[in-house]
Amino acid sequence: MRTEIEIAGVKWKNPVTVGSGTFGSGMEYDEFVDLNKLGAVTSKGVANIPWPGNPTPRVTEVYGGMLNAIGLQNPGIDVFCERDLKFLESYDTKVIVNVCGKSIQDYVDVVERLSDEKRVDMLEINVSCPNVKEGAIAFGQKAEALTEITKEIKKHAKQPVIMKLSPNVTDIAEMARAAEAAGADAISLINTITGMKIDINRRTFALANKTGGMSGPAIKPVAVRMVYQAAQAVKIPIIGMGGIATAEDALEFILAGATAVSVGAANFVNPYATLQVIEGIEDYMRRNNVEDIKDLIGAVR
Amino acid sequence: MKKKTSAKILSQKSLAPGIYDMWLECDIAKDAHAGQFIGVYPNDKSTLLPRPISICEADASKSALRLVYRVAGKGTAEFSRYNEGDCLDVLGVLGNGYDLSLLKGKRVMLMGGGIGIPPMLELAKELFEQNKAVTDGEKAEIIIVVGYRDSKTFLKEDLEKYGKVYIASEDGSVGTKGNVMNAVAEENIEADAICACGPMPMLRAIKKFAEEKNIPAYISLEEHMACGVGACLGCVVKTKEVDHHSHVNNARICTDGPVFLAEDVEI
Repeated sequence: MRTEIEIAGVKWKNPVTVGSGTFGSGMEYDEFVDLNKLGAVTSKGVANIPWPGNPTPRVTEVYGGMLNAIGLQNPGIDVFCERDLKFLESYDTKVIVNVCGKSIQDYVDVVERLSDEKRVDMLEINVSCPNVKEGAIAFGQKAEALTEITKEIKKHAKQPVIMKLSPNVTDIAEMARAAEAAGADAISLINTITGMKIDINRRTFALANKTGGMSGPAIKPVAVRMVYQAAQAVKIPIIGMGGIATAEDALEFILAGATAVSVGAANFVNPYATLQVIEGIEDYMRRNNVEDIKDLIGAVR
Repeated sequence: MKKKTSAKILSQKSLAPGIYDMWLECDIAKDAHAGQFIGVYPNDKSTLLPRPISICEADASKSALRLVYRVAGKGTAEFSRYNEGDCLDVLGVLGNGYDLSLLKGKRVMLMGGGIGIPPMLELAKELFEQNKAVTDGEKAEIIIVVGYRDSKTFLKEDLEKYGKVYIASEDGSVGTKGNVMNAVAEENIEADAICACGPMPMLRAIKKFAEEKNIPAYISLEEHMACGVGACLGCVVKTKEVDHHSHVNNARICTDGPVFLAEDVEI
């Protein structure tokens, strides 16, 4: 039975990684999960300089999910390389670094800084965070802007580039095609869906940022639909995510056309979720006599 | 070592309107100390996230944790409906508690307001135990000041086992009318250090008081949390200096706290 997959020439031992921002750089979940068992670790978004993020409250629960407006707090690329990448050095897993910025130059600075880092296997470009005022989603909601930033990053990147797409668009297929045409090696989707919650007793917004990105099991059908539409539109590999908590969820994404999947908010609910998803996929393959996981990718009829 | 594990409810009763007292049997109890907390998961899967609840008492010999909590929403309302024998998943033990070694030989004022009172019980108990093990000069004087809404003085008898208890009540029905700071003023209480948990206005007043008196105040903070283990960066507090982990002026309440030296945080 083969669970290995390959994205842009990078081989993962299995198709499971984590949603950026839900797992730190692995350090905080090291106590719960053997990181060597993951297909890849995807780090929290990192910028060229430290970002303080948004005021609190930054998180709130909603029915079947949660909203967050962390605002991409991060320690900056220098600390990230010295501490987080160093921590990941000893693990036998692929490392995907999520990159954020306020301007194209910010992104390019980080991408260039990472070009000599041997431990970085892939780059995921965050053009879809809904919680920051400049940058991020501004590059991910118009096909022209996505094309421009993708091309610019591809000029400077040494590692394969995954463009992380926002669901907060009219036509996900158009965005997927734009990323592919601009040279992206892969796409990942979906980032969180912009939402809002109001505290009726205090008559205030539940989040200081007013809006936040929704994640959790409640968004899964939207995510599966978008992954399917993207898979119909492009040939580059897709990392599917959005509400995955179990192997059954992950398999829906794979059948819809995802080569790999990310477990996100489910880590907060169940710190062992990633390993259980990996084991559950293997069980499914055994039960259904699937020799190679590649036979399941896009196999929905 | 932190883990998610199943806990069996040993007992549950109501102490006051909306305030519940639950004993849980779980193997993480042996690692629990005053000021730490656990995440308690609702069984209703529409409410996903663990509820951070402070440890009121830990009994390592019985692998038991006592939680005294207020019903504040759907999750805690669900917990309040459970009885002996029911099970809940818990994540823990989380956060850093109070550092008792810093309190040796001091007059320590333990201040709890409302649902901030429960962690003061385990702290009083641990200080009381520490006093038995240290020299006379290192013994701490345990002064407890607690503030209630009204005459429903939950945990008062438990606290009295470990130190002198001063009470304030908002409606004036018991002790000093007002809050814990009113009680400190009325009773002329002097201390060398403060350990506190309670609502933000109370903690702000304590931070100011401690600065005026030039004594350390160790305050326990609360914030909406998702992961509880330091990964999501949901529950941060502004810090005076750049934080060693985040490299910005934000510390994670769940892992760098929830207990902070008041002068280190901007609240």
